[in-house]
Amino acid sequence: MAAVAPVRRPKRRSIPVGRILLLGFFLVFVLWPLYWMFNTSIKPSDDYLTVPPVWFPTAPTLVHYEAALFAYRGLDGLINSLIISLSATVLSALFGTLMAYSLARYNTGGQHLSFWVLSQRFLPPIGIVLPVFLIYRGVGLYDTHIGLIIAYTVFTLPVSVWMMFAYFRGMPKSMEEAALVDGCTRWEAFWRVAVPLAAPGIVAAAVFAFIACWTEFFFALILTSRTAFTLPTVFRAFIGFQGAQYGEAAALAIVSLVPSIALGVLAQRHLVRGLTLGAVRG
Amino acid sequence: MAEVRITGLHKRYGAFHAVRGIDLDIRDGEFTVLVGPSGCGKSTLLRTIAGLEESSEGTIEIGGEVVNDFRPRDRDVAMVFQDYALYPHMNVAKNIGFGLKARKMPKPEVDARVAEAARMLGITPLLGRFPRQLSGGQRQRVAIGRAIVRSPRIFLFDEPLSNLDAQLRDEMRGEIKRLHQDIGTTMIYVTHDQIEAMTLADRIVLMRDGIIEQQGAPLELFERPASTFVAGFLGSPRMSFLPGTLTLDGSAAAIRLSEALLPVAPGRSLNGAIDGQAVLLGLRPEHLTRAHAATPAQGTFRYDATIDLLQPTGSRSYATFRLAGTPVMAELQAHDVSRPGERLPIDINMNRASIFDAKTERAI
Repeated sequence: MAAVAPVRRPKRRSIPVGRILLLGFFLVFVLWPLYWMFNTSIKPSDDYLTVPPVWFPTAPTLVHYEAALFAYRGLDGLINSLIISLSATVLSALFGTLMAYSLARYNTGGQHLSFWVLSQRFLPPIGIVLPVFLIYRGVGLYDTHIGLIIAYTVFTLPVSVWMMFAYFRGMPKSMEEAALVDGCTRWEAFWRVAVPLAAPGIVAAAVFAFIACWTEFFFALILTSRTAFTLPTVFRAFIGFQGAQYGEAAALAIVSLVPSIALGVLAQRHLVRGLTLGAVRG
Repeated sequence: MAEVRITGLHKRYGAFHAVRGIDLDIRDGEFTVLVGPSGCGKSTLLRTIAGLEESSEGTIEIGGEVVNDFRPRDRDVAMVFQDYALYPHMNVAKNIGFGLKARKMPKPEVDARVAEAARMLGITPLLGRFPRQLSGGQRQRVAIGRAIVRSPRIFLFDEPLSNLDAQLRDEMRGEIKRLHQDIGTTMIYVTHDQIEAMTLADRIVLMRDGIIEQQGAPLELFERPASTFVAGFLGSPRMSFLPGTLTLDGSAAAIRLSEALLPVAPGRSLNGAIDGQAVLLGLRPEHLTRAHAATPAQGTFRYDATIDLLQPTGSRSYATFRLAGTPVMAELQAHDVSRPGERLPIDINMNRASIFDAKTERAI
């Protein structure tokens, strides 16, 4: 990776200039938009589009946060998003794990069912959102938390199933068989041996599901209104008759990042292991 | 402790017929080794006994009780797997005690039995470690500990030594044999390694293509193989097979290998073989020795051999020469022969030779 060829010097290691430059460039590339978003969120409205730009706000303010969270109901959206995304994530991980285990160990549905599950993601959301909307109106799920939780669970299940399917298939069967001979029922062997071993995979699948739910906009837009609306739908309000509310949008974006980052930090250890699928060694 | 009786057992996977009609009686306390080449159905048979596979046909009795419909946990058997199958998320003590805990044994008793099993296997210092921190041999001991701690009626071993290096394999083989001598429980052991089969077994069950080719005490199979398959499978280096014809002249029988005429040991039963029948003469390397006496002993055939390949092992030298065009290997004393190309008188002990029908490859 180093752009500069390492000079042979005994004892002292040379400074990897190339690597530092590359990483520095990458860091700026990733962090600059985040900084600009944060910067915008604490600038007074007059400073948004000035030339030259305001690099460091001289009079930082929290008014945009206050407006985004309360006037625009960003806080309600945040709470809804947390409830809906976390519930759907838990359900998706639970059903995904059970379903994947069944597919991997019992070959349920032959060779086609597993592919059918994945094929559900081939459907463009626009193709199903309208019938779902009509059904939800009919059965009273429109604009409810439950409604969106169900939709998101179904929506994230194929990927959860496939990630877990690959994970279980990569896991040697013999440990569960040992548990069966040792005195476990099928269920105990699953619960006490297979699930603990699959934990990294389950966490990885759950993180994916959470991110998908957390950032989902389209279903939330169509299936909710004034009660169960989620965070992404709140952003619509920032573009209106009075022009764009850059400060409020940036403030809410910063707020919406917090759970994702927290989750990433918490799950990081598992995530890396989970993504090297099926790397279980006895 | 229990005997095992298998009657008319079949196992099919779709169109594949893995086990085709096995009848087997295993006595209480017997060490039975199922051996055969890969794909012969030995592992399937073992897994069916464990209850990990369902049989397609036939019955399995353990201790006089038909267990076909029993779940693995209710069969009271313990199994040691080829990849050890230790639970990676539990330490050694938990691994060993897992089966007892699953059977709701009170914790103090679990601890006592785990400690006893660990002591027996010399793994007490490892009890707090995790499987990933153990060497192959240590893992194998833990896997055995997990099996013995439950005092099951039957032990099942599925190629338990094949992941170990040669030296460790010899060592563990001895330990498994000692374990059987100490606890005397019925053991069924699957391997493809004929040395393991010969050294461990009270009885060898040699399988081929889903059926039992021959079963019996190791020496019985070794000395009186029922077919060329059995003869070739057991023994290393392999038995040499020489095509010839049987000649019967009154009471004296001989085997003609092109110009050489090898007399069959007098009194050996030939089970209705006929004059001129095509046969295979089976000679093990140890049936051939360097001739020292002036005249060959009774029942030996002397042949002037030109050695064309020499493989010294230190204590012995394996010398290959051609007899009637077919390569034959002789196990000679290390100093009987010095270099390839040497001419030697070789005595062939016809009393111990095997004779097979060339067409059916069954013993005569």
